[in-house]
Amino acid sequence: MRRLSSWRAREARAGLLLVAPGLLLLALFLALPVVAALLLSLTDFDLYAIGDPSAARAVGLGNYARLLHDPVFWKALGNTFFFVVFGGPLTVSLSLGAALLLNHRLVRFPGLFRTIYFAPVVTTLVAVAAVWRYLYHPRFGLLNAALGFFGIGPVDWLGDPHWAMPAIVLMAAWKNFGANMIIFVAGLKAIPESLYEAARIDGAGPIQRFRKITVPLLAPTFLFVGLTTTIGYFQLFAEPYVLSGGEGGPMNATLSVALFMYKQGFRWWSIGSAASIAFVLFAVILAATLLQRRLQKGGEA
Amino acid sequence: MSRKAWTSLALHAALVSGAVVTLAPLLWMLSASFMTTGEANAAPPPLLPGRATLAQYRELFVRLDLGRSFVNSSILALCAALLSVVVNAAAGYAFAKLRFPGRGRLFAGLLAAMVIPGQVAMLPVFLLLRSVGLVNSFAGVILPGVASIFGIFLVRQFASSVPDELLDAARIDGAGELRIFWSIVLPLCRPILVTLGVLTFLGTWNDFMWPLIVLTDDAKWTLTVSLASLAGEHVQDTELMMAGAVVTVLPALLLFLFLQRSYIDGITAGSIKE
Repeated sequence: MRRLSSWRAREARAGLLLVAPGLLLLALFLALPVVAALLLSLTDFDLYAIGDPSAARAVGLGNYARLLHDPVFWKALGNTFFFVVFGGPLTVSLSLGAALLLNHRLVRFPGLFRTIYFAPVVTTLVAVAAVWRYLYHPRFGLLNAALGFFGIGPVDWLGDPHWAMPAIVLMAAWKNFGANMIIFVAGLKAIPESLYEAARIDGAGPIQRFRKITVPLLAPTFLFVGLTTTIGYFQLFAEPYVLSGGEGGPMNATLSVALFMYKQGFRWWSIGSAASIAFVLFAVILAATLLQRRLQKGGEA
Repeated sequence: MSRKAWTSLALHAALVSGAVVTLAPLLWMLSASFMTTGEANAAPPPLLPGRATLAQYRELFVRLDLGRSFVNSSILALCAALLSVVVNAAAGYAFAKLRFPGRGRLFAGLLAAMVIPGQVAMLPVFLLLRSVGLVNSFAGVILPGVASIFGIFLVRQFASSVPDELLDAARIDGAGELRIFWSIVLPLCRPILVTLGVLTFLGTWNDFMWPLIVLTDDAKWTLTVSLASLAGEHVQDTELMMAGAVVTVLPALLLFLFLQRSYIDGITAGSIKE
C-alpha cells in the first residue's frame, strides 16, 4: 500500500513537471496578454506610452465608442462580412465538390488528384499572392487573357474597388479549399458502404442516396468545416495585405478588420484603439462559434 | 459506351480540369521564373520562356542576398518545430496518462481558450517582448508560438491509446516517470510527433504577420518578409518576383510531398477533436 501511494505521488509530480513548460508559455503568451489587451483597450496607450507606460490614461469605453463612429471601421467590418458571406460558401462548396468527385468509386488515381488539389494549402501565402497579382494584371495577366478568349473584356481586378474584393475571395478560395476537401473526404469515408448498398437494393437512385444518406451523415463535418472556414475569413489579414500592397486597397476597398487592427497598432501605434478592434473581432468570432454549437446541438437532437 | 463509362468520363474530365485550374498559378510561377527580364510583360502573356535562363535566381541570390533570408527561415522553422514537439508532447502525454491535481480543470480551461483568436494577444505579446529585449530576435519570433493548445490536443488524443499496462510494467521495473516519458512514450507517439513537427515547420515557414511585426532588421528577415518587401520595390519585375516565389514555395511543397501522410493526418485529426 505504501508503495502504491508513493507511486501516485511520483506520478502527480511528473505530471505537473511535464505540463509546466507548455502551461507557463501559454500563460505568458496567451492568458496574460488577453487580460492585458482587455485593459489596454480601456486606455489611450500610444507611441509615447510605449516608452513611458505612465503616460497612458484610462478612457473607459472611449475606444469602443470611437470605433462606432469611425467610418473606416465600418468599412473594414463590412468588407470582413463580405469575405465571410461570399468566401465561406464558395470555399466550402469547392471543397465539398472536390471531395465528392474524389470519393466516387470509379475514380482512377484518387491519391494523385488529392495531392494536386491540396498543394495550394501548403504554399506560402505571400509568395502565391505575388503570383496572383500578376495573374490579375489588367494587361499582361493570364486571367484576363483567358477571359478574352471567351470574349470578355479586360477587368482591372485589383485596381477597381468593385473587383478587388472578389479577386481576394477567389485567391483565398483557391488557396484554402484543399484543406476542407481532406476533411470532407475523411467524413465521406466514415460513412459505411453497406448503407449505400442497402439503399441501392431498396431501389434508391443516386440523388436519393445522396439526400438520405450522405447529407445527414456528413452534417457534423459540414458544420465543423463551415465554422473553421468562417473563422478563417473573419481573421483574413495576409491576403488583402499582400494583394493591395500593405494598405487595404484603393480607398480602403479591401481593408479587413484584422488589417485595420494591424495598421492601428503596429503602424500608427494607437495600441489602445487597436486592442479594442481585436476585442470586437473576438466578440464577433465568439458569436459565430456559439451559433454553430447551437446548430450542431439542434442537428443531434 | 455504357452508362458507367460515360459517368467515368465525365468524372475524370471534371477532375482533370479542376487539377489544371488548381495547378495553373503554380506552373506559371515556375515557368515565368525562367524568363528573361520583361519577357512576361506581354499581351498575350507567354506560357513558356523563349529561352530558359537562371538569371533571375542569380539576381536573387547574388545581388539581393535572398540566401540569408532562406537560412533565417530554415533555422526558425526547424527550431520552432523541435521546441514545439518537445513542449507539446510532454503536456499532451501528461494530460492523457498522468493523474495530477487540477488536471481536469486545466484541460477544460485549455479547451475554452481555443476560441480566442491570435490577434487579441498580439499587441501585449509585442509589448512584453519589447520590455525584455526580444524584439528583433529569433527567440521573439519563435517563443510565443511554441506551446499550442492544438498541439497538446493532438498528442493527448494519440497518447491516450498507449496501454496503461505498459507504463505500469515499466514502473514495476523501477523506471522513473521522466524516463518512461522519454524512452517509452515518445517513441510510441512518433507518428503524431512527426505530424506536429511538419505542421509547425510549415506554419513557421509560411508565417508572415508575426515575423513582419517582430523582425525590424532586414538581415534577420524571413523569406516571407523579404519577399513582401521585394514585391514593393520590384513590382514591375515579374520574372524576378516569380523566382522569389518559387524559392519560398518549393521547400514547403517538397516537404509536403515527402511527408504527405503525416500532414494530412494532422489536418483530419483536428477535425474530429470534439
